[in-house]
Amino acid sequence: MSRLSPFNVVSLTLGFVFLYVPMLILVIYSFNASKLVTVWAGLSTKWYGELLSNEAFLDAAWVTLRVAVISSTIATVLGTMAAYVLVRGGRFFGRTLFSGMIYAPLVMPEVITGLSLLLLFIGIGLDRGVLTIVLAHTTFSMCFVSVVVSSRLMTFDRSLEEAALDLGASPLDSFRLVTLPIIAPAVISGWLLAFTLSLDDLVIASFTSGPSATTLPMKIWSSVRLGVSPEINALSTIMIGLVTVGVITASLSTKHAALRAKRDEQAATRAT
Amino acid sequence: MRRAALISVPYIWLLALFLIPFLVVFKISLSDIALAIPPYTPTMRDGFWNMLSQLDFENFIFLTEDDLYWKAYVSSLQIALISTVLTLMVGYPMAYAMARAPDQWRPTLLMLVILPFWTSFLIRVYAWVGILSNEGFLNQFLLWVGVIGEPLTILNTNTAVYIGIVYTYLPFMILPIYSALDRLDGSLIEAAEDLGCSRLKAFWLVTVPLSKNGIIAGCFLVFIPALGEFVIPSLLGGSSTLMIGKVLFEEFFSNRDWPVASAVAVILLLILIVPIVLFQRNEQRQAEAET
Repeated sequence: MSRLSPFNVVSLTLGFVFLYVPMLILVIYSFNASKLVTVWAGLSTKWYGELLSNEAFLDAAWVTLRVAVISSTIATVLGTMAAYVLVRGGRFFGRTLFSGMIYAPLVMPEVITGLSLLLLFIGIGLDRGVLTIVLAHTTFSMCFVSVVVSSRLMTFDRSLEEAALDLGASPLDSFRLVTLPIIAPAVISGWLLAFTLSLDDLVIASFTSGPSATTLPMKIWSSVRLGVSPEINALSTIMIGLVTVGVITASLSTKHAALRAKRDEQAATRAT
Repeated sequence: MRRAALISVPYIWLLALFLIPFLVVFKISLSDIALAIPPYTPTMRDGFWNMLSQLDFENFIFLTEDDLYWKAYVSSLQIALISTVLTLMVGYPMAYAMARAPDQWRPTLLMLVILPFWTSFLIRVYAWVGILSNEGFLNQFLLWVGVIGEPLTILNTNTAVYIGIVYTYLPFMILPIYSALDRLDGSLIEAAEDLGCSRLKAFWLVTVPLSKNGIIAGCFLVFIPALGEFVIPSLLGGSSTLMIGKVLFEEFFSNRDWPVASAVAVILLLILIVPIVLFQRNEQRQAEAET
């Protein structure tokens, strides 16, 4: 079925207008010279200047970036391990509990996750700061990674691994040389997902951070509670821009890789 | 040996940082508030039996006596339910149109749906503050068109919360419905039409039932997180917007009543177990149907 009725065209158009106009307005008004957000007073980049000279924002951005890189990297390792255990581990004691603990954080309200981790950290006397945010972010994002990776592992042809083992590779070598390259795209998307989740999180970070560490979403939150601010519009524009470039590059490079694989395949068939 | 290590590392991590924290919340929900840091009386210090005799449910009784909490739970359920229905009404036509679009457009359309998901949630909610406020873009536009004579109050009402939830959770509704519709065999609809169904009737009798799993998955993916939502009601809702995520946050940070906040969390969790189990079952059925 591939005929679009007028109704289909209208619903798609309205839907995408709804999705994109709010962000477009943010972007346009970040270049507004006036402090009043609804009055257009000419083109200006002064809010970008103010944003970049605001130490508090820069500090928060640095904390956020560090937390995101560290937590998503640990989460990718743990999540890939968990996915491997779930798909290949067979039966072991407490398997149901394990898969429950992998799926539950995906749907858990952030307020509950945040509250429970904070109470744990206080209970064991751990000082709150970058470390506690990293622990919290790693815990919920490893579950997302594990879901992404396990869906790739499930469709994976096991005979390739068995062939490597038959040919004398150790289990570790067969994982490193056969399994990992094949599941690599899923591992990379898992890392990116974990990274974005960490960059984006406000609620869990508010619960688990202490006075020594303020993340960018916490900083944004405290300024937008008072209403619209042009500096935040500028910050939003930068973030939207980065994401757009990233997503488009990623999708173009997958397309490119797919085209190249197809060409190689054709060349190989011709050669034989 | 290596297998044991592979299993135990993520297992212990999740036990320590996911399961045990819940037990801590549960324990604190059964203790008394104390003016100290941490502000609750320890429940487990003097051994297990002593602990059992010290447990009290007064935080839970308090929750049933003060109708603020009761109202907050009911209104969270109501807001989550209404927003889920609205999201379905916006999302289904979009998913349907995407599934009917020419093949070469589909990757682009999919990317356009997924792109907002990668941008900051907080910023997407914040974008609506400037649109919905009294002197915001929506009111300016409507005044300019001449539909209304004076600005509408939308920001700080439940309407703004519905708009916020529909906007931020729309991709979660579209994607599962799209994937269900995408797999749908077009010849079934042709067969229905050949046998005398009108197009609308064929849609209701064939397309909708066959995309049922996608609809169910999409609705749960919106309803479950919307129920405990904190950012949207705090930023777009008004003082009369009661949602349990917001109550919990305030109970914890403003009132510093940790035992009551913990009890609120325990009850929210109990309410959530029903939709989560239903969702899991739907996913499992679908997975079994595919194999």
